[in-house]
Amino acid sequence: MADPMRIRAKVEGDKTVVRVLMSHEMETGQRKDSAGKVIPAHFIQQVTATHNGKTVLSAQWGPAISKNPYLQFQFSGAKAGDKLQVTWIDNKGDKRTDEAAIAQ
Amino acid sequence: MKQFNAQRREALKAGSATAIFGLFVSAGLVSPSHAQGAWNQAAFSAKGIADVVKGLGGSAPTPTKDVSWGSTPEIAENGAVVPVAVESKIPKTESISILVEKNPSSLTASFTIPDGTDPMVSTRVKMGETSMVHALIKADGKFHIASREIKVTLGGCGG
Repeated sequence: MADPMRIRAKVEGDKTVVRVLMSHEMETGQRKDSAGKVIPAHFIQQVTATHNGKTVLSAQWGPAISKNPYLQFQFSGAKAGDKLQVTWIDNKGDKRTDEAAIAQ
Repeated sequence: MKQFNAQRREALKAGSATAIFGLFVSAGLVSPSHAQGAWNQAAFSAKGIADVVKGLGGSAPTPTKDVSWGSTPEIAENGAVVPVAVESKIPKTESISILVEKNPSSLTASFTIPDGTDPMVSTRVKMGETSMVHALIKADGKFHIASREIKVTLGGCGG
């Protein structure tokens, strides 16, 4: 199981700004190791953020997202104390979900 | 004898009903638990902008200036971590995709923007070399594209 994500969600005016830092190799499948063997691709393919069960952002990613991916977006309709969940799934089927409370 | 036959029929009926019930159960078991849309293999393996647009279900995007690139740099020192921010000012934006033209696969990320979420995302991408970077916006069912060049210097060697 991969390391937890760091999720910051903060109310700013009438919006909630979300910043997520994930922990993932994001191996492209283009690189070779010292023996000249191709290192197999290993990267996050799908990301979903939900607030009160409603999807507020979903994404499909390719291997060209940087290692330890960063994501920022903002949405309306949440208040401080609400929970925000983020889930990712990678190309090997590994999966991770983390949750954060929205800060004032 | 007649009565025995009737009983046999009942037994057969009951048996087949059980079989059908079993089918329902197994059908329930094999139904996909991950109901999310599958990863778009075609779009992510496409070469060139036109093929990516096709993979995402569109054709011939209209050039637009209604995209702000936020803090996206014009010159990136490190191609492994290039911050890219895209904000669409096109009404009814449904999705934002980021394409790096000269990468082995141009499509880097595709974000779906539901109602209530602002049409702006920022992330970090890898770039093999200096390239045009495109923001492909789907709004009200139509595709729009905005482009800018990001130069990658890779350690200041003037690459």
